Amino acid sequence: MKRFLGFVNKEFLHIFRDVRTLIILFGIPVLQILLFGFVVSTDLKNAQVAFLDLSQDEMTQKISDKICSSGFFRRSETLLSYNDIDKVLRKNKTKAVIVFEKDFGRNLISEGKATISIITDGSEPNMATLITNYVTGIVTSFNMELAGTQAAGTFLVQPEVRMFYNPSLKGHFMFVPGVITLILIIICALMTSVTITREKEFGTMEVLLVSPLKPFQIILGKVIPYFLLSFINVILILLLSWFVFGLPVKGSLVLLLAESMLYILMSLTLGILISTVSKTMQQAIFISLVGMMLPTILLSGFIFPIENMPAGYGWVAALMPPKYFIIIIKNIMIKGTGFLYVWKETLILILFTLAFTGLSIRNFKIRLQ
Amino acid sequence: MKEAVISVKNLVKKFGNFTANDDLNFEVYEGEIFGFLGANGAGKTTAIRILSGLSAPTSGDVTVAGYNAKKQPEQIKKNIGYMCQKFSLYEDLTVKENIMLYGGIYGLKKALIRERTDLLLEKLNFREYGDRLISDLPLGLRQKLAFSVAVLHEPKIVFLDEPTGGVDPITRRQFWEMIYEAAGRGITVFVTTHYMDEAEYCDRISIMSEGKIVALDTPADLKKQYHAASVEEVFVKIARPGNN
Repeated sequence: MKRFLGFVNKEFLHIFRDVRTLIILFGIPVLQILLFGFVVSTDLKNAQVAFLDLSQDEMTQKISDKICSSGFFRRSETLLSYNDIDKVLRKNKTKAVIVFEKDFGRNLISEGKATISIITDGSEPNMATLITNYVTGIVTSFNMELAGTQAAGTFLVQPEVRMFYNPSLKGHFMFVPGVITLILIIICALMTSVTITREKEFGTMEVLLVSPLKPFQIILGKVIPYFLLSFINVILILLLSWFVFGLPVKGSLVLLLAESMLYILMSLTLGILISTVSKTMQQAIFISLVGMMLPTILLSGFIFPIENMPAGYGWVAALMPPKYFIIIIKNIMIKGTGFLYVWKETLILILFTLAFTGLSIRNFKIRLQ
Repeated sequence: MKEAVISVKNLVKKFGNFTANDDLNFEVYEGEIFGFLGANGAGKTTAIRILSGLSAPTSGDVTVAGYNAKKQPEQIKKNIGYMCQKFSLYEDLTVKENIMLYGGIYGLKKALIRERTDLLLEKLNFREYGDRLISDLPLGLRQKLAFSVAVLHEPKIVFLDEPTGGVDPITRRQFWEMIYEAAGRGITVFVTTHYMDEAEYCDRISIMSEGKIVALDTPADLKKQYHAASVEEVFVKIARPGNN
């Protein structure tokens, strides 16, 4: 046991002495969380909107004030005619133009309905959809206020797009599980496969194998530090997403941490497996990055929904372990469901772990003979 | 009375159809410096891996430090030291940390490791290097240190697989002085090398060719036997008969 602890200690020394390793371990996760959170945010904030008010009455004033004070939009320009719309959108600063029809207020009172047009820049489809949804939401709430104050008749401002707005849908909620999934598999698979092949490449593996340390102790000794550091990483990411983005863990924290441990374990066994088939560090890095990271991003449902993929891709995606962890973590973090809802995925992760371990042992034995 | 610490009888190692070691028979005695020569691919590395408990023989009887190589490789590992041609110390650890690590792996107590570390650094005039990283040391110093670490736990046998590759002549000389000193303490030295002048320093040498041991004797007797002026001549005559 003492021999073993000394060996584990050595692995920690390797990690803490190498700035690059430390950056990959802790710098990248923090950076990714902040990057995804602030830059790739799918929330709307201060989007520039121009107004073309052909009516200029009290109602249009109220609605445009409401839109601009929502925090989602800022008035960029006030247009005078339809001809200006194209010009202002082409400048690229303004993301949408909101048009009130002529006699907006009068129509609303006399006929009970009036039309507001939302013209968006279709070259940015995501932004366009977001803006229409948000504006529609604001108009709807305006309608409700109107109905409340003037109980007599029903007035209706009709937006030209359908209501599709969910105020609680925040972008961060979607990517935190994805980032945790991605980070863990990169750190665990990449770092363990590299650290093991490094020993092979430098010839220190021979010396270790000739020593009284047993092969499983060598592997375990190399893996334990990464297990602990990855676990610290999970906690770090959760804290960060809580304090910076206000994303709580709705379900059981204990369950979430336990599932994370299982996923870390699986990724580590995958890293070991990669190390048994690669002779050099470059090879290990290549397999880990190209073989693991890209499929994880593209096929695990992290960014692109698996439901939208053609049938063949869905099958490939089914072979991606991260897919199952994303389901688990989303369920626990966002939906707040318990173990009963994720036991299948958990079982699949356990099976992956066992399979990777078995294959590694087989490869290792072949190599020794 | 010479006592055999390595005894090899009818050792055969096959990889599929390929026979890497073909019926090897030899003994190595306690405190002896045994040179293990042969061209690349002659089967030296395979034999060393079997002797050090890394791989099991296909057939034959191999006893190292009193333990059977097939049945008790773990016992063998505790009683041998090993240094290979590729560098065996960790470059990002300091000299003292490396010693502490290997001492720990071989189950030495911390106090004992410290004591031996001091002794070792003193002997090598290494004192000021104790807290330096290995990557800061010149290659010659590293090799000497690697050897000292390989015999730190006072093994019965130390296996050196081309220990002096890429080292300058002066350092090689000093290195061999260390080997002599270890042998003087009763540690048996089993060494492979490409340098034929080093083969002359050995008590006995064996020469392997195509998986077989084709010659085994003291350097002096071999030279007499083959009417050669140096071990190098003997080697060329034996290992590459076609060149004659």
